[in-house]
Amino acid sequence: MSRENIESRNEPVAGEKLIELRVNSQVYVLRVGRGPGELDPAHTLAFTLRETLGLTGTKVSCDKGACGGCTVLREAEAVLSCMLLTIECGGKEITTIEGLKDAKTGALDPLQQSFIDHSAFQCGYCTPGMIMSSKALLTANPSPAEEEIKEALSGNFCRCISQYQVVEAVKAVSGKKG
Amino acid sequence: MAQPYRYIGKATPRKDGLDIVTGESRFVDDLKFERLLHGVVVRSPHAHAMIKSIDSAGAKGLEGVRAVLTREDIPDFKYGNPRVFRLLDRKVRYVGDAVALIAAESEQIAREAAGLVAIDYHVLPAVFDDYEAMEPGAPQLYEEFPGNVLPLGDPFLGQKSMVEIRTGDVADGLSEADVIIAGKCGYDNLPNPMPMESPRVVASWGRGVEGRDCVTFWISNQAPYLMKVILGAILGANLDVRVFGGPCGGSFGSKLMSWQPMCYAALLSKNTGRPVKVVYSKEEHLGSFVLRPSSRLDIKVGMKKDGTVTAIAGDWLIGTGCYSQTTQAQVAVGCGEAMIALRCKNWSVKPKIVCTNRTASGIARGFGGQELKCALFPILSRGMEKLQIDPLDFMKKNFIKPGDGYLWRDAQWYDYRGISFTAMMDRGAEVFGWKQKWKGWLTPTSVEGAKRIGIGVGVHGNADVGEDVSEAYVRIDSNGSIVVHSCLQEHGTGQRSNGAKVVAEVLQTPLEWVSMTPADTMVNPFEFGPFGSRGTYVILGAIIRAAEDARSKLFEVAAPMLGCAASELDTADGYIWAKSAPKRRVRWQRALFQRTILGYGRFEPDYSLSNCLMSFVEVEVDTETGNLVLQRVVNATDVGQIIDPQGLAGQLCGCLGTAGIDSAIFEETILDSSTGRILNANMIDYKWRTSSEMPTIDNVVFQTPMPTHRFHAIGVGEIATAPGPSAVLMAASNAIGAWLDSYPVTPCKVLRALGKVGNAGNKQRAHTARKRGAGD
Repeated sequence: MSRENIESRNEPVAGEKLIELRVNSQVYVLRVGRGPGELDPAHTLAFTLRETLGLTGTKVSCDKGACGGCTVLREAEAVLSCMLLTIECGGKEITTIEGLKDAKTGALDPLQQSFIDHSAFQCGYCTPGMIMSSKALLTANPSPAEEEIKEALSGNFCRCISQYQVVEAVKAVSGKKG
Repeated sequence: MAQPYRYIGKATPRKDGLDIVTGESRFVDDLKFERLLHGVVVRSPHAHAMIKSIDSAGAKGLEGVRAVLTREDIPDFKYGNPRVFRLLDRKVRYVGDAVALIAAESEQIAREAAGLVAIDYHVLPAVFDDYEAMEPGAPQLYEEFPGNVLPLGDPFLGQKSMVEIRTGDVADGLSEADVIIAGKCGYDNLPNPMPMESPRVVASWGRGVEGRDCVTFWISNQAPYLMKVILGAILGANLDVRVFGGPCGGSFGSKLMSWQPMCYAALLSKNTGRPVKVVYSKEEHLGSFVLRPSSRLDIKVGMKKDGTVTAIAGDWLIGTGCYSQTTQAQVAVGCGEAMIALRCKNWSVKPKIVCTNRTASGIARGFGGQELKCALFPILSRGMEKLQIDPLDFMKKNFIKPGDGYLWRDAQWYDYRGISFTAMMDRGAEVFGWKQKWKGWLTPTSVEGAKRIGIGVGVHGNADVGEDVSEAYVRIDSNGSIVVHSCLQEHGTGQRSNGAKVVAEVLQTPLEWVSMTPADTMVNPFEFGPFGSRGTYVILGAIIRAAEDARSKLFEVAAPMLGCAASELDTADGYIWAKSAPKRRVRWQRALFQRTILGYGRFEPDYSLSNCLMSFVEVEVDTETGNLVLQRVVNATDVGQIIDPQGLAGQLCGCLGTAGIDSAIFEETILDSSTGRILNANMIDYKWRTSSEMPTIDNVVFQTPMPTHRFHAIGVGEIATAPGPSAVLMAASNAIGAWLDSYPVTPCKVLRALGKVGNAGNKQRAHTARKRGAGD
């Protein structure tokens, strides 16, 4: 869905409210309302990403802020998209798992490659959230200690128990190699 | 050990890895459908009630609602074992039981409409405790099952199935014993397998290719083909059922019981003429989907000074909640698994399955054996303590060995064809430091102020490594690309990637030449699904045979081109040659000109082998606060031959979650014993282990070649959860010097065992303490 598409369907009319949402370096202008494709004030960011924008890489599991499955970046910070209302997210850059690849070359983020190399997943349902939490950590702290990695991922539920391999995958791309 | 293989045993990237890390995996809820409706279930707030009337006018009147279905609007679909549990009944039997179904343009509207369905109930007394359910005068769930007792036996397991363990003469056995222990123990805290992705399905009811009615499902599950069989049996013969399995966000067995959401979606789709998606909320998942069965044992054990078990006799009560689909099969398998772990000549264990007014029990990793042994081992511990037997020695002595045998789930005797696991157990003990740390029963390994270290060990083996049937085709296309037709769905073990891997090994091609069909029942042959650690031996076994068949057929075509017999040929990287003249080669494409090769493989059940996992645990217990910290786990196993080291490591680390080791520490489903409502049906109140609380895990993996498998391998993933819980109970008892025999070991129970709070034994207090346990 390109900027042009969304804007052409959302010609500003006096009195109506528009929200400019920036996701993965694309700008989406959403009209606040209750119709199809519109932004209901009750919509969470997770809902908007998945259902309105079609970015289904972000996973919803508990939908109550407990499991971390829906983690995305707001600017450089890891946030739970199921606990944020989209109308509060205007003007901030949101990055989802789909936005981690290099937009021009399509190259994977080193963190993504490291997850593949370490098979740092089993069923893969928690993985987008795990990667986004790890990305926020490495942005804030490029050389985290192992305990810091575990702490940063402690809000990300994984029932298969991929955490051991996830920690190895994050360590492998952190500044403190080996 | 030398690796004779090109791929087997080596780390190769998961074929779905790129999709997983980029968010491009398409789980059921990520699929797009035209004109999709959202289905929700109206659920009962009562644990036991008759429905007097339902007024759905308010819900039907809400804008965006497309269907409201009650019992009168649908066929009388029933399932379960026995087949008496109705999809929608006039009676509700647990808090969360389905009463009506709604389809609407959005999930939000459907949920709003659910609140507008007015239901008048006649509330009935309910029963939640398994023993109380059997008492005279207890509330009765079904007319068909007086005393709330369900029949044993599962037709799925064949004509006969294991309904008790009975061999030898128990009286003789007890008379030979040096010590007789009579004890009771329960593994009845109902942990939830709790896959991250809740149950969900999309159904589309329409016209199939031949004009017959056809319903197509897209499911999150680990057994699409089995779901086709089950739904075919429920929905009726005049209907084609097609099931697509995609990536599954965890199941651990539980999602095999998806017939209800599948029927809900199918009926709503039939009624509206549009595809319908049903996604359980996490609260519905925890509050109205399946739990581990509860298990309570009341037995006598005879034991000799040398650790010989002379007799095991008593009653095994299994609580299945409001109905059973697989509990009888779990009982049958659990009985066999007890015999594999304990070489005892005289058995008389009588299982009984009882139903109560709570959500149903179903499959969880450890299938039956975990339930039985978590209750049995703490009782055996009492005997070992009396005779001062080291539990490691006891388990080494008693685990099955070549020359032994056992009764399996089909009540047939099997002579064990597998290997001895003793050397592997010794190595596990060495890595763990068992000899140095074991100080005797009820004796801590070390004490530092209020903190005490204790150790424990558990063991498990499963002959379902060879269960049921798998079939596969391996197709070699005219361009040389290879497609594996299997209805195997990826649920986290990496077995779909392993399927491609074994084919590349047999045909000696690059890995990227091999792809798997989607798990679509229309294009794939029968596949039971990955249960019971059967993936390696059975599923891969069928795929390997299909690849070998394809290879033979390819050679038959190439033989005339090379002027020799097909049996003299060899192949690698798309070339074929005679072993006697390797320089003269024919390209696959030449042999495949305008031709497709199709190899077929089938695996017939083989119950003569068992896997084995021994788990050693070290815990620290604070005698002031009662808090227990799991510090270290060593898992020891022998897999014959590693297929994929990273996948195997992941499976073994899975010992913690999925109602495994942590079911002995903090995982439990807490039922309000006055209302039947689950008090912790959400991911905040249901405890789970976080990344910062992970203990050290070391996995000791032996590779003693198994003669039965082309690559000498045997599966182990499913049993990872099973040995740990009783080991934790043992370790905690040793740490504090007092017996703990109730799961999970909450701080409250530790302090009670130490005499620091309350007194044990009073039922009412125990209930109260359990409820408090949630906040521990």
